[in-house]
Amino acid sequence: MELTASLAIDVQNIGFHYPGNSDMSFSKLDLKIEQGERFGLFGPNGAGKTTLISLMTGLLTADDGHIKLFGNEVGMPNNKVNKLFGFVPQDFSFYQELSPVENLEFFGAWSGLDKRTICNRTNELLNILGLEEVRDKQVQKFSGGMKRRVNLAIGVIHKPKILFLDEPTVGVDVQTRHAIINYLLELNRDGTTLVYTSHQLSEAEGLCEQIALMDDGKIIAHGSIDKLLKEHKQDSLEHLFLNLTGKDYRNDV
Amino acid sequence: MFKLWVTILKDIRILWRDKVGISLMFVMPIILVVVVTSIQTSTFQLVNKNKLPLLIANQDAGKIGAQLIANINKIGMFKVLPVSGVQGEKSMSDAMQQKDAMLGVIIPSDFSSKVSAKSKNIAGKAMTSFGLEGDTTKKAGDLDPLTVYYNPVLQESLRLSVAGGIRSALQMVQSSETLKSLYFSINEKPLPEALENEMLNDETAINEIPVSKDGTRSTPNATQHNVPAWTIFAMFFVIMSLGGSVVREKVSGSFIRLKTLPTSYVIGIFSKQITYLGVTMLQAAVIFSMGIWLFPHIGLSALNLPSDWLALFIVTLICGWCAVSYAICVGVFADTQEQANGFGAVSIVILACIGGLMVPSFAMQGFFKSAANISPMHWCLQAYYTLFLEGGKLKDVVNNIIPLFIITIVLQLVTFLVLKRKNLI
Repeated sequence: MELTASLAIDVQNIGFHYPGNSDMSFSKLDLKIEQGERFGLFGPNGAGKTTLISLMTGLLTADDGHIKLFGNEVGMPNNKVNKLFGFVPQDFSFYQELSPVENLEFFGAWSGLDKRTICNRTNELLNILGLEEVRDKQVQKFSGGMKRRVNLAIGVIHKPKILFLDEPTVGVDVQTRHAIINYLLELNRDGTTLVYTSHQLSEAEGLCEQIALMDDGKIIAHGSIDKLLKEHKQDSLEHLFLNLTGKDYRNDV
Repeated sequence: MFKLWVTILKDIRILWRDKVGISLMFVMPIILVVVVTSIQTSTFQLVNKNKLPLLIANQDAGKIGAQLIANINKIGMFKVLPVSGVQGEKSMSDAMQQKDAMLGVIIPSDFSSKVSAKSKNIAGKAMTSFGLEGDTTKKAGDLDPLTVYYNPVLQESLRLSVAGGIRSALQMVQSSETLKSLYFSINEKPLPEALENEMLNDETAINEIPVSKDGTRSTPNATQHNVPAWTIFAMFFVIMSLGGSVVREKVSGSFIRLKTLPTSYVIGIFSKQITYLGVTMLQAAVIFSMGIWLFPHIGLSALNLPSDWLALFIVTLICGWCAVSYAICVGVFADTQEQANGFGAVSIVILACIGGLMVPSFAMQGFFKSAANISPMHWCLQAYYTLFLEGGKLKDVVNNIIPLFIITIVLQLVTFLVLKRKNLI
């Protein structure tokens, strides 16, 4: 796959609406994420974070505009751009009846890897993420934290250039969160661009360099955390978040 | 190829660990085949070998009533149980319940005298018509009907055959009496017993020969009928596991990830087809093996496989492919597992009904006879019957395979279009 641009992600002027639902829509939305960046996408429930990630990963198709990953248009029929990124959804996205090894073998093959690479990457990832001892046990018997690690391992088996993470640490203990964040930082050091969404703002402060705050389908703030805190005279990301999005409940139906 | 192989492995592993699904696909159909074949064998034996208990209350003091009972015994269909003291419907009903009999007959008290009078009257008329002197002065009253009491659970076909049997016994008695009267009128001496036997009992025998395409003359039995029929049903029963599996994958988180990977879901569907086609072939092999080796040990007739093994393999393969295509088609349409399982289960029972698995197609009338053609099970069954019962070869089942193949292709096409419309491929 040819990487023709320095920008990891280039969202240009996209418009989108869900058929039959006028509550969530994007209009002329732009976003640029540099290669190797640790980028956080935040916002209240229903702000449009998951929709934007779904558009960037090709799960949804924009009504107009372009989304490019390293200069390659998303959503083309040949699926080649899909080799560039990995996706770690919030829901457990694997087969609970299979073991970590079996899941990695299957998703590795579907990611375009050969047998030997799958085998090597499986051993490497199970070791890094502390799943070596349970490599052949069915995932359905695992704790929530172990399942999160399996979810992450599958997303990175093919060493993607960009990794989309939707709440990767939700519902896990401190140890697992620490291990996951450390591994993500390691991946980033090796050149992987991270696009991360979460409601864990303190965690995000430690992980992200650049952030975008979304509300009502729009990006209302974009830049480095330090710059945004200074601009809005806030001392934490949480205060900045409440300051920009308000304190009202959000009902995302 | 590697992707497909890994996907097949994944499907086999998931299937292997789904014990309930495996039970539904193997154990349930096996139980079904054994139970249905056993019941049908019992029914055949009830009609052909076992005798139906028949209570007879003979109120007639004459010889003709006893003669009628002897003739009913000769039919071989009934186990005659004489009862005394039965006068009417109520007491017969009580006696039937007490003796666990499905049938009862009351021979009226004046049966002999009335049959005798009627016979003499007919003999007199015959003599007159021959131009001889005949006694037609004796008036014969109408014979009282012979009442047959039956349990309402007795099926109509069996009831009609019972009535036919009793009618033939009655006819024999009446003919015998008329013959005796006529002989006496002409010769003024009784009809010799030897002549009577020759005239009345030396009937033309009926030979029953099953005709087959290969010239063999094996008598069909419940096993030959039921094993192929319920094997087809078992193959279509994969919908309970496969339809649910397609829906489960569609609604699970794993599908979201699959959609972001550089591989088309067509491979996933193709893998399921291969895996479950293997399952249907295995089902057929297990059920046929049971028919061959297990059935004789549990008192059922052994299954005789067709001589054309290639034809059997091809028919089973296409039948399995059609069953798998149908299950996947239902799976891609359904939004929930409940929809897939509910619709799947009911629809295969309907397809089995109109396809002739439960009621033979030749016995169907009008609309249902035509509707049978749209049921893939009908074409599978016709092909199997041609091979198992008629001794047919591959060329004899081509006309059944072609419609089955067309139905399968249509199901594949519909599946592809639905996947496209739902943006899943």
